[in-house]
Amino acid sequence: MSRLLPHPLLSLALTGFWLLLVNQFSLGQLVLGLILGWLIPLFTRSFWPEQVRIRHPLTLLRFIAVVLWDILIANLTVARLILGRPAKLSPAFIEVPLALETDLAIGLLANTICLTPGTVSAQLTSDRKTLLVHALNTDDPEGLVATIKRRYEAPLKEVFES
Amino acid sequence: MIELALNIALTLVGLATALTFWRLLRGPSAPDRILALDTLYINTIALLVLLGIVLGNNIYFEAALLIALMGFVGTIALCKYLLRGDIIE
Amino acid sequence: MLDIIISILILIGAGFTFVGSLGLARLKDFYTRLHGPTKATTLGVGSLLIASALYFSHTGPGISLHEVLITLFLFITAPVSAHLLAKAALHLRLHSQAPVPEEDKVGNRD
Repeated sequence: MSRLLPHPLLSLALTGFWLLLVNQFSLGQLVLGLILGWLIPLFTRSFWPEQVRIRHPLTLLRFIAVVLWDILIANLTVARLILGRPAKLSPAFIEVPLALETDLAIGLLANTICLTPGTVSAQLTSDRKTLLVHALNTDDPEGLVATIKRRYEAPLKEVFES
Repeated sequence: MIELALNIALTLVGLATALTFWRLLRGPSAPDRILALDTLYINTIALLVLLGIVLGNNIYFEAALLIALMGFVGTIALCKYLLRGDIIE
Repeated sequence: MLDIIISILILIGAGFTFVGSLGLARLKDFYTRLHGPTKATTLGVGSLLIASALYFSHTGPGISLHEVLITLFLFITAPVSAHLLAKAALHLRLHSQAPVPEEDKVGNRD
C-alpha cells in the first residue's frame, strides 16, 4: 500500500490543483487528476523522505481559521502604521525559543509569523532552537513572544508532533 | 458601479507600481532592489487581474500565474546569490 | 448586490496594494520596508483575485475558481521570499533602526 501510494495527502492535493487549473469539473478531468495525483508522488518519491501525519484535523482547521482572521487584523495594523508617522515606529529584533523539532512544523511556524502579527521571521539559528524575528512596532517583546508561542506554536506542535 | 471601482483601482495600482519603481531606482542596497522587484511582479499580477476584469476575458489568468511562478523563482535565485555568491551549487 | 460586493473587494484590494507599495517607498530602513509588501500587497492581490473569481463566476458559463491557485501560491511564497530577503540583509549587515543581535546569535548564515 505504502509503496503504491506513498503520499496520500499529496495525491489528494495534486488532484485538487489539477481540477483548479483546468477550471472545470467533469468526470474525465477528475479521473485524469487522480491519475496525475497517483503518478507524480510515485515518480518523485525520493524528494519526499518524511511522512506527514496529521494528528488532530480539527485543531488544524481551527488553526487555519485563526491564522486567516489574524492575517486580516495584521494587515489593518500594518496599513495603519504605514499611513501614520514612520519616525514614531519602534522596530525590534526578538528571539523566539522553539519547542518544535520537525522541518515541516518549523517552516509552517516561520511562514505563519511572516504573514501575521506585524513580524517577519529572519533567521533560524544553526542549532534550530531559536528563531530570530523582526517586529515592525512593539513595546512589549516578551508579550509578543508569548503570543506567538501560545497562538501559533502550540497548535502546530499538537498537530504535527504529538 | 464596477466600472467606477475598476477605474479607481487601476489608478491606485498604477501609483503603487510607480512608487515601487522609484524604490527600485533609488536603492540604496541590493536587497532593497530585490524587494522592489518582488513587489513589482506582485503589482503586475494585480494589474493583469484588473485588466482581465476590464476586458471581460479570462485569458490573462495564465499570464498572471506564470508571472507569479517565475517572479518567485527569480527572487529566490537573487537572494541565494547574495547569501552565497553562487546560484547553482 | 453582487456588483456591490465585487466593487468593494476590488477597492479593498487596490487600497492594500497601494499601501504596501507606499510602505516600500516611505519607511526608513530595509527591515521595516520588508513588512509592507509581504503583508499588505499579498492580501491586496488576494482580495483582487477573489473579486475576479466572483466576477467570472457571475458572467461566465460556469464557476471560475482557478484564481484561488494564484492566491494560494502567493500566500505560500511571499513569506519564503521575505524570510530569504531578511536573511540576505542580515548577511550584508544592512543599516537597521532596531539593534541587530550579536554575531553568535545570528549563527551560521546558510
